[in-house]
Amino acid sequence: MRQLKYREAIDEATRQAMAKDERVFVMGVGVDDPKGIFGTTRGAFEQFGGSRVFDTPLSEAALTGMGIGAAMRGFHPLLVHARNDFLLLTMDQIVNNAAKWRYMCGGKLKVPITIRAIIGRGWGQAAQHSQSLQAMFAHVPGLSVIMPASPADAKGLLMTALSSDSPVICLEHRWLYDKSGPVPEDPYYTPLGVGSVVRPGRDVTIVAVSHMVLEALQAAESLARDGIEAEVIDPRSLRPLDSALICRSTARTRRLVIADTGWRSYGVSAEIAARASEELWNVLKAPIRRVALPDVPTPASSALETAYYPGAREIVAAVKQCFEAAAAVGTDGIAPSDRKEFEGPF
Amino acid sequence: MRRPATKAKRARSRPPRRDPGRSRPDAPPPGLAPDLLVDLYVAMRRIRRVEETIAALYPEQEIRCPTHLSIGQEAGAAGVCLALRTSDTAVSTHRCHAHYLAKGGDVRAMFAELHGKTTGCCGGKGGSMHLTAPEVGMLGASAIVGGSVPLAVGTALAAKMAGTDEVAVAFFGDAAMEQGVTHESLALAALRRLPVLFICENNLYATNTPLRTRQAGSDLAERAAGHWLPGVSVDGSDVIAVYRAARAAVERARRGDGPTLIEVKTYRFREHVGPNYDIDLGYRTQAELDRWMAREPLGALARRLERAGVLPAARRTALDVQVEAEIADAVAFAKSSPFPEPAALHADLD
Repeated sequence: MRQLKYREAIDEATRQAMAKDERVFVMGVGVDDPKGIFGTTRGAFEQFGGSRVFDTPLSEAALTGMGIGAAMRGFHPLLVHARNDFLLLTMDQIVNNAAKWRYMCGGKLKVPITIRAIIGRGWGQAAQHSQSLQAMFAHVPGLSVIMPASPADAKGLLMTALSSDSPVICLEHRWLYDKSGPVPEDPYYTPLGVGSVVRPGRDVTIVAVSHMVLEALQAAESLARDGIEAEVIDPRSLRPLDSALICRSTARTRRLVIADTGWRSYGVSAEIAARASEELWNVLKAPIRRVALPDVPTPASSALETAYYPGAREIVAAVKQCFEAAAAVGTDGIAPSDRKEFEGPF
Repeated sequence: MRRPATKAKRARSRPPRRDPGRSRPDAPPPGLAPDLLVDLYVAMRRIRRVEETIAALYPEQEIRCPTHLSIGQEAGAAGVCLALRTSDTAVSTHRCHAHYLAKGGDVRAMFAELHGKTTGCCGGKGGSMHLTAPEVGMLGASAIVGGSVPLAVGTALAAKMAGTDEVAVAFFGDAAMEQGVTHESLALAALRRLPVLFICENNLYATNTPLRTRQAGSDLAERAAGHWLPGVSVDGSDVIAVYRAARAAVERARRGDGPTLIEVKTYRFREHVGPNYDIDLGYRTQAELDRWMAREPLGALARRLERAGVLPAARRTALDVQVEAEIADAVAFAKSSPFPEPAALHADLD
C-alpha cells in the first residue's frame, strides 16, 4: 500500500473532508503560511483558498468561541494550534461552551468542531511548549479526545472527527510527524472508541498512548528476545475509551502496563488502571504498572529531558516488574529515549 | 480648562443637535410605525411581568435555580431585539430572561425550564441561566462573564460564509468589558467586518461591586475605538433611543460594514441574583435606586405613547390583560408539566 508520512496523512484527511463537506473550514494562527503548521494545512489552503483556510489573530479564546458559534450554525470548523499549551488559553470556551452547549440546551443545538493541537517534545521546548494535556480534556463529558499514533489512524480518525456532530480534540505528537506508514488513498473513517491491537502477544498487555506506541513496540521486541510476548494496544481515542478491548486482552495476559505521554498523577494511565482493576481484580497476576511523565514540569536542558521522558527502556522495566524480576533483570540493549531523530528549532 | 477659541466658535456655529425622538414629547416619535411602538411596549411589559411573577413565585421554592432578574433593564433587550429579524441570532448571559423573551422565546417553555420540567426550553437541563430558543434565533447563554461574546462573532462568521445577511447579537454586561475574550471578540469582528451587534448593558454593578472600583472610566462605548469599530452609548431608560441605535447598527451590519458596540446605560432594580431588593447590603443607596426607578423605561414609554395618542390607556390595559393571561397560562403549564425521567441525565451529550 502507498506510504504516507503522518503529516501528509493529516493534510490528506483535511483536504478530503473539505472536498466532501463544504461546511468544513480551517482556521488558526499560521495555517496558510508557507510552512502551514508543519505541512498539515498548507495543502488545504492551496486547494480551497483563503475563504476556507484562513489565518487568525493570536486570540485563542475568541477564535475558539468563534468556531463554536459557527458550529452552532451548521459549519464544522477545524481549529489548529501549533502547541497543546495554547489550548490553556481557551479552556472556558472548550470546557464551558463547546463541551456543554448541546447538553445545556437540551440537545437543540450541536457543536461540531474539531480542534487539533501538537505536543512539542524535545529540543529544549521546556515547560510551556511541550505539554501533553489529554487527561484534562478527556476528563470533561461532552468532549471526544483522539490521539492517533500512526499515519493511517491520523487520517481515519481526523476524517471521523470532521464528520462528527460534536466537539473532538485531536492531540498530535510532534515526533510522529515524519513517521511513514501505509495509508489508503480513498476517504475512510476510523470510529472513535475503538482501539487497535498493534502487536499481538500472550504474556502481558501494554496499553500505549500516542508516541508511546512506538516506544512500546520497541520494548516488545526487546521483551520477545527474553521470551516475553507483549500485546501492544493503541486505544487511539481516550474519550470514548475502548475499555472492552483493554480488559479482554488483559484478562488473557493477566498483566497490564500502561504507557502515557502525559503526567502520571491523575492521568490517562490512572484512569485505564482504575477501569482494568475494577473489571479484573481477581484475574491480575501482578499490580498494574504505569509508565508516564514524572510529576514535574518539562525541563529545557537535554540532560534533564533525558531524565524526564520515559521510553522503551522504562516500559521494559515495568513489564519485568510485572514478572517480579525488576531488580534482577537489566534493560540491556535499549537506548534511552532521547534519540536524535528530531531536531530543532521545532 | 478653556477650550481654544476656534474650537468653541465651531461648536457654537454648529446647529443644535436634535434628537428626533425627543424633540416633541407630545407627538409620536417620527419615523417609527405605531405597531412597532406598541410592540416595544408589549415586549417590555412581558419582560417586566414575567420577572415580577418569578419574584412572586420564588418563595414557593419550586423554581429551584438561581434567577437573575432584568427588572429595570427591559429596554436593552426589547429595543435591540425588535430591530432584528427572527432569523438573526442572539446569545446572552446568566441574566438572559429578557433577551430570550424579546427575541420571541416561548413563555410556557421558559417557566417550565425555570421549574426544571421536561417541557422546558432546554428540557430542564439548562435552567434560568441558559435559556435557548433556536427557532427564534435565541442561541443560548453562558453563565461565565464574557463567555458567550465570541459565539456571536462565530454566528456572524457563519452568516457571512453562508452568504446570508443575518446579523448576530452578543448581549453582555459591564463586567464582561473586564474579560480578555470580550476584547479579542471586538477586535476579531472588526478585523473581519462581521455583522455583529455587541450590546453592553451597563448596569453599573458586577454582583455587588460598583463599576468605579473595577474600571478606570465609565463610558464603556469608548472601548470600541481601541478595536477600530464604532461605539455608541444610549440611555437605557429610553427604549426608542435603544431601538434607533440598534437599527442603525443592524443596517450597517447588513450592508457589510461590520460590527458596532452599543452601550446601554441601565440599572438593575433587584438584587444580583434572586427576587429581593438589596439596599440593606449597603453597596448602593436607596437614593440611587429611586433616581433610576423614577426613570424606569416601561412607564416612560407608556406615558409617552399615551400622550402621543399611539397607545391610549384603554388599549394599553387590554394589552396588559393579554400579557397577564399569557403568564398565568405559562405558570400553570410549567407547574402541571412532568419532571424529566432519570434517563434524560445521559441524553443530549454525544
